Amino acid sequence: MARPKLAVWKFASCDGCQLTLLNCEDDLLAVAGEVEIAYFPEATRGVVAGPYDVSLVEGSITTAADAERIQRVRAQSKKLVTIGACATSGGVQALRNFADVREFTSIVYARPDYISTLETSTPIAAHVTVDFELQGCPINKAQLLEVLTAAVQDRTPRIPNHSVCVECKARGNVCVMVAHGTPCLGPVTHAGCGALCPSYDRGCYGCFGPKENPNAASLGKSLALIGVDELGLKRVFRTFHSADPVFEAESRSHDAQVDG
Amino acid sequence: MTHKSTGDRILTVDTLARVEGEGSMRVQVRAGTVTDVELAIYEPPRFFEALLRGRSYLEPPDITARICGICPVAYQMSACQALEAACEVTVPEDIRLLRRLLYCGEWIESHALHVYLLHAPDFLGYESAIDLARDHREVVEQGLRLKKAGNTIMSVVGGRSIHPVNVRVGGFYRTPSRDELSMLLPVLTEALADAVATVKLVSGFDFPDFEQPYEYVSLRSAYEEEYPLESGSLVSTGGLSFTAAEFDDYITEEHVARSNALHARLRGVDAYVVGPLARYALNADRLGPVARAAAADAGLGPVCRNPFRSIVVRAVEIVYACEEALRIVQGWHGAAVPAVPVPPRAGVGHGVTEAPRGVCYHRYELDAEGTVLDARIVPPTSQNQRSIEADLLRFVQARLHLDDHQLTHDCEQAIRNYDPCISCATHFLDLTVERS
Repeated sequence: MARPKLAVWKFASCDGCQLTLLNCEDDLLAVAGEVEIAYFPEATRGVVAGPYDVSLVEGSITTAADAERIQRVRAQSKKLVTIGACATSGGVQALRNFADVREFTSIVYARPDYISTLETSTPIAAHVTVDFELQGCPINKAQLLEVLTAAVQDRTPRIPNHSVCVECKARGNVCVMVAHGTPCLGPVTHAGCGALCPSYDRGCYGCFGPKENPNAASLGKSLALIGVDELGLKRVFRTFHSADPVFEAESRSHDAQVDG
Repeated sequence: MTHKSTGDRILTVDTLARVEGEGSMRVQVRAGTVTDVELAIYEPPRFFEALLRGRSYLEPPDITARICGICPVAYQMSACQALEAACEVTVPEDIRLLRRLLYCGEWIESHALHVYLLHAPDFLGYESAIDLARDHREVVEQGLRLKKAGNTIMSVVGGRSIHPVNVRVGGFYRTPSRDELSMLLPVLTEALADAVATVKLVSGFDFPDFEQPYEYVSLRSAYEEEYPLESGSLVSTGGLSFTAAEFDDYITEEHVARSNALHARLRGVDAYVVGPLARYALNADRLGPVARAAAADAGLGPVCRNPFRSIVVRAVEIVYACEEALRIVQGWHGAAVPAVPVPPRAGVGHGVTEAPRGVCYHRYELDAEGTVLDARIVPPTSQNQRSIEADLLRFVQARLHLDDHQLTHDCEQAIRNYDPCISCATHFLDLTVERS
């Protein structure tokens, strides 16, 4: 039986999530034995024509050309899996959605007329059907291997939807919020990092995005009780997953108090 | 894809592979002369400098890390340095050394990625390292081992290798214990041997006979024994010498129509080169003993002006980063505090460090509450763009006798000499050679 064909696509992003595949140093050559790496420009000049059994998509849609390109990617992909914060919620570049993109352009570029960009940064699922979304900024290596394995075996990936708090407890950490009054997004954030920040005496900053059914408003109230001001509350929910509907609603609820 | 018609020849490659990001290359040939070369970057802009406005001065290390998944530490280090300068805080020596150790991890990871997975396949005639592994599995495994060693340093010191979580303005959230760092000793000892073997391997490749009269710019460390990484002031082979705060006086950026990245020019010089070749030319005397011996064995003189041999210099720098990481780990006695307080202050701060691909500059203006009023970031690849174009212009001219297939391949290799990180510069090299 022919090996399944894997393609890796990039949209607006930092390359970090596709690098995660190359960072599987112990497993990379084994993966390359199980699947045919048919399209992966960061790693190979070789291109095998589609259709592809599995497409991994990194990055968000920020240009008209990319909005068309993702349609072509979908059309030639049996399974389409998004990897990372940009592809699943628009990424840090979705901060433009809260501003005037023309003003953004003029801040960075001397000749804004040379720049072609959309008003918003949007996740892949806003444009095409996505078969599975793997969260994280960056994604976790072990979870990526699980998603690939599941795709090859034609089953649902076993990726828990619970919060970072569950991982933190399993790791035996003392709660940084309860014990030290450190603001932490763990209660609303998707597991996958292994509760990394609390293990480094830091509050979670939500880089894996929202868990299933997060209660951001409730966490906002708890953060206010330990001294996070309105501007701080707006910022913590408006960074790497600002365009996620739950995080966006929570950050907007603090807009009024901090004048925009 | 090659089109041939009578008189004209146009050759295009839709995607230049094995670079980080998206751009395009167009080479125009008229009557046997290369008349124009354009490196275009159409990686979609993400507007980091704009989205930093209004954020807290404590946020740029995490936010700017997301400019690049391959060299996030470079952004974190330059951001911290600039923000601490704005607030007039200097971090203690043990924190500086721990930052340097983290940065060694990134150099090893990023250089090993480029040497083995991105650049070596060109020299050995393969499409990718995965194809290379079919015939020379042990070579690729050696590269992956090295890369993993770099990632291990970053995971121990930074929490993870992509977008480390442990870096903050003023230092770290938690400093590793002596035991945690000691774990790195066997990893680094093996990596050092792998790195020396890497220099030997790549110095045996065939290199085109091609030299350019580059002006090199790099940092020079204020610490006498140290090759530049996390700090220093700028020097050039033409004799310029300036500090991070003077960066704007010496280096200007311009916006050209074909690129979503800005082009940099050096005052009085125009095009210049940053990165391994520049650092080596200006700091070879600062290499450690093992790296110096490896460079000598590889036949590198005091200055290397053949961009194709940058792979050798990159390998020598992996040796140095392993040596330096070992030195820091062996001397580590823990830090008095993980971080020093950095109260906000109205002002401007500049930071400049050596990313794996070269000088990475940050400038922040803060108000009294620490809100970022203005941010400016100059990544290494945008500084090298003009020199990449100049290389191609001369390189193609001397190779017009080659067929399109071979010439395209050689041009891609010439671009990869710079390990261009187009995600940083903004991204995708596709190549067009137009002949008439």
